[in-house]
Amino acid sequence: MSGLAPIEPVLLSRRGKPDSASIETYLEDGGYASWKKVLGGAKSGEWTPAKVTDLVKASGLRGRGGAGFPCGMKWTFVPPKEKRGDKPVYLLCNADESEPGTFKDRLLMEMDPHQVLEGMMLASFALDVKHAYLYIRGEMVHVAELLNKAVADAYAKGFLGKDVLGSGRNLDITIHRGAGAYICGEETALIESLEGKRGHPRIKPPFPAVSGVWECPTVVNNVETLCCVKHILDRGPEWFKSIGRNEKNTGPKLYCISGHVEKPGVYEAPLGVSWNTLLAMAGGVKGGRKLKAVIPGGPSAAMLTAKEVENLPMDFDGVAAAKSMLGSAAIIVMDETTDIPKAVTSIAKFFAHESCGQCTPCREGTPWMHKMLKRIVNGEGKKTDLDLLLQIAGQMGNGMTICVFADAAIAPVLSGITKFREEFEAYVAKSNHPDFALAAPEDLTNKVADRTAAGIHS
Amino acid sequence: MSGGSNVPVTEQAGNPRVGEHGALSCGRTLSFSGETRADFEHLLTRYPTKQAALLPTLWLAQREWGWISREAVDYVATLLELSPAFVWGVVTFYTMYNRAPVGKHLIQVCTSISCHLNGAEEVYAECRKRLGNLKPGETTADGKFTVIEVECLAQCDQAPAVMVNDDDHYVITKDKLTSFLGSLK
Repeated sequence: MSGLAPIEPVLLSRRGKPDSASIETYLEDGGYASWKKVLGGAKSGEWTPAKVTDLVKASGLRGRGGAGFPCGMKWTFVPPKEKRGDKPVYLLCNADESEPGTFKDRLLMEMDPHQVLEGMMLASFALDVKHAYLYIRGEMVHVAELLNKAVADAYAKGFLGKDVLGSGRNLDITIHRGAGAYICGEETALIESLEGKRGHPRIKPPFPAVSGVWECPTVVNNVETLCCVKHILDRGPEWFKSIGRNEKNTGPKLYCISGHVEKPGVYEAPLGVSWNTLLAMAGGVKGGRKLKAVIPGGPSAAMLTAKEVENLPMDFDGVAAAKSMLGSAAIIVMDETTDIPKAVTSIAKFFAHESCGQCTPCREGTPWMHKMLKRIVNGEGKKTDLDLLLQIAGQMGNGMTICVFADAAIAPVLSGITKFREEFEAYVAKSNHPDFALAAPEDLTNKVADRTAAGIHS
Repeated sequence: MSGGSNVPVTEQAGNPRVGEHGALSCGRTLSFSGETRADFEHLLTRYPTKQAALLPTLWLAQREWGWISREAVDYVATLLELSPAFVWGVVTFYTMYNRAPVGKHLIQVCTSISCHLNGAEEVYAECRKRLGNLKPGETTADGKFTVIEVECLAQCDQAPAVMVNDDDHYVITKDKLTSFLGSLK
């Protein structure tokens, strides 16, 4: 399982090069070769949208934003021209990287923005897109400036605009900045936000591929996914498939490792690399301490104990088999000194703050969970709180809400309390109100009787 | 009109940046400068609907005036042919539009999980303490500093991460606060 050898960097191959963000160095390193190749063969029919889509399908590329949905298959959900009529197709690059612990897309855009743009161009060709948008989170002000410069340079070189490279095709790219809302990383919320609204996820169906932004067919792809598309077109699907653990988990993958490790950062490895290899790449646990728990895919993913994560293949199916998810590969490492109840409380605060407020179970449930957890770690927990928390969590997830935010919000609470219950119980045992349990029924009866006797209910 | 309070922002108590209130008045009618107007006109060419330009137009408004007042809401609503109530609804959904003036240095301390594990809560508390026991979101009397807590800044390998206005600052531990705050003139 741990036999996957490290690879030559692909997505990060230009990391550390001087001026790597400029179009000049990108061209020197062979950039935009695939874009020229595809457009050059478009008129003769050598390159068609279907051919690009087929290559991406053959590569087995799965979306890198979190869900791991096969990218090529997503593209085929867009209705063919005869069915969609005059409606344009839109490509949205999801750069609203907000899952705590995720910082790979920022690195890709900062270090190599033209790699991202070329991926968007090739996907636009495959999907017959005339205008693509890159939705970047509001906090990344300077990255957005850098991308705007990259787009301007691409226009100046004729890679974007009207009649791109004499192919008779038009393509525009616009960088669109969000304004601070985690939920806008959810694809339908991103669409609403791009339309100039509050970022409220939509009910599906219809799926964006059929009716997305401005009621037109829309494909939303993550930054890293689109970068992979560029490399698949450069080197072919067979090469892409040769990297990775198995047929269903292919290609290079960026892992964001943070928390208690010696060298936090973004590491590129074959998809499905074992946990032990990754931890070694990040220099091991900080200060040589013992590992306690790992969040494998951002706080939306259930936390795993040190034992559960041992030798785990870090890909979509490997982590799913351990009843968690790879998500955006935001790996948060927690050493033996970590106070799990406090960490879970911090995560619960995040979700309470970021719930969009559309669905009652999530809008009300997330602040309740945070309030109760805060009470527990502040030494005022009740004995019944832990089971009550589990009960609330059970009422919020599994299809109770429009989007999966509520499921994400309960994952850390459920896994934290289930796997580290003794730590929570220790807090409750030390609580100032250890026996502040729910009043027994007879007490309530007496109170009601008293009130009635006092004439309150008459 | 955008509703909310008519009381000028200078007379508002508490933490107007994130508090529960209607749009605050800045006390004068607003319109974009020539340069911003040109940027706005360019924006409109990039979207098939006027409404889609709302978030970027609000960014222009914040660049021009520093915060989104009720007059700014009314002006943006007129420009984009939307109702002020709708625009205000959008403003309040997103955390980065300031709903009141902020200090010259808006210090945004990340306390999400990776920063939490590296002591961010202490940094946030200590930062407010050193600037005169500021409440969350409060601005110093001289108008120089506002300190707020924010969610993940995607700088988790540089924890604890802090943003000041638009700039990223890395590994701001409690020990580094003296030199960090000193660098903000």
